[in-house]
Amino acid sequence: MHTRRRPAVSALGLAALGLLAASFWVSLKLVPPDRLMGNVQRIMYVHVPAAWVGFLAFTICFGASLLYLWRRDLRWDSLARTSAELGVVFMGLSTALGSIWGKPTWGVWWTWDPRLTTAAILLFVFLGYLALRGFVDEPERRARWSAAVGIVGFLDVPIVYLSVFWWRTLHQKPSGPETVATPMRVALLLGMASFTLFFAFLLAERYRLARLESELELAEVSHV
Amino acid sequence: MSFTRRSWAVFRKDLLIEARTRQASNAMAFFAGIVLLVLGFALGPDRRAIQGAAPGLLWVAVTFTALLGLGRAFDAERENRGMEGLFLYPGDRSAVYLGKLGALVVLLGFVEVVLFGLAAFLYNLSLLPVLAPLAGVAALGTVGLAGVGTLYGALTLNLRAREVLLPLLVFPVVVPVVLGAVSATRILLDGGGAGGLGGWIHLLVAFDIVFTVAPLLAFEAVLAD
Repeated sequence: MHTRRRPAVSALGLAALGLLAASFWVSLKLVPPDRLMGNVQRIMYVHVPAAWVGFLAFTICFGASLLYLWRRDLRWDSLARTSAELGVVFMGLSTALGSIWGKPTWGVWWTWDPRLTTAAILLFVFLGYLALRGFVDEPERRARWSAAVGIVGFLDVPIVYLSVFWWRTLHQKPSGPETVATPMRVALLLGMASFTLFFAFLLAERYRLARLESELELAEVSHV
Repeated sequence: MSFTRRSWAVFRKDLLIEARTRQASNAMAFFAGIVLLVLGFALGPDRRAIQGAAPGLLWVAVTFTALLGLGRAFDAERENRGMEGLFLYPGDRSAVYLGKLGALVVLLGFVEVVLFGLAAFLYNLSLLPVLAPLAGVAALGTVGLAGVGTLYGALTLNLRAREVLLPLLVFPVVVPVVLGAVSATRILLDGGGAGGLGGWIHLLVAFDIVFTVAPLLAFEAVLAD
């Protein structure tokens, strides 16, 4: 049990901070504004990385949930819970930023675009996941039940995406490194890298905290 | 006792209780009628507006009613700790899932007959010419709703905030069922000329398979206390 932060994690945090600062400087100062969208387009340098990290976090939650059901080790449950929390934060951030970008660009805060709608539904699935966790006191049960919700929710993602895509094919061409000019591509990749490092740092820290919480919980149970 | 016989026993038990008390079906049919009426009021007396929105209104009513039925289906297992009794029987507990799922699908099927009939009457829809394909779409949608719902109903059985948690957990996951069923129903009510029905049927079938097989496989691991 690591009650203190490991030096490697501190180094990771510092690296993430440095890279984030560099990424902000590049995307706000160095890269020219978009020819059509102007400065609003700069939101992309944080919106796309936040969405990527959100998906990454939910994927980790899915994997950890499966591993928990298989191995019955509460450490997997702590990892699933930690990544679900971070996923909600980053996916929420990404959705809010996308909406702020959408207002001047599309003229509306919200459209029923498949990516947008899938992200929102994913957000609700994992808010439900966290809500369920809040209502179950017994650690083993909480781990098993929330694992089921995490797995079902993640399996649902491709089906949700496909269904919304068919239902409303007013989708935007997704922005990725291959669809934008070179300086913008550098800014975007830098954003992705810095967000991923920052996420890794938060994951390590929150996981350590979750393990401590779990240990405290078990200690309280054994004292009663 | 074999897996099939154990599933059948749970299925038969649930339907027998329902046949004798008619608690859930009465409440659900009444609730479905009220939802259809309220939705009708919300869209005003304009018959065209109501008919245009009818596929959506129908499935909103079905989804809400399914959630009500889900709560009722597990109330019986909470009283006198019935679920724990069921789990004490030897063998794989996923038989309990299959039995409860089957009973819920049959119950919802009965209520949907009333609901669709009432909707045809209130919203002035001609459902008779497309009755057979519509029944197929309704069956696929119902299995999807019940497949997810039965798993989450069993999970939240003894939780304090079940009434809040169950919709919060079920609604986001069943979005593809609602979209698929509404779209397929719309194509059928428009005369089927628009095409695209096959895609939605495939989507519903895929959803039904994933969300009955996954809970079936996970039930024992998740609910083994």
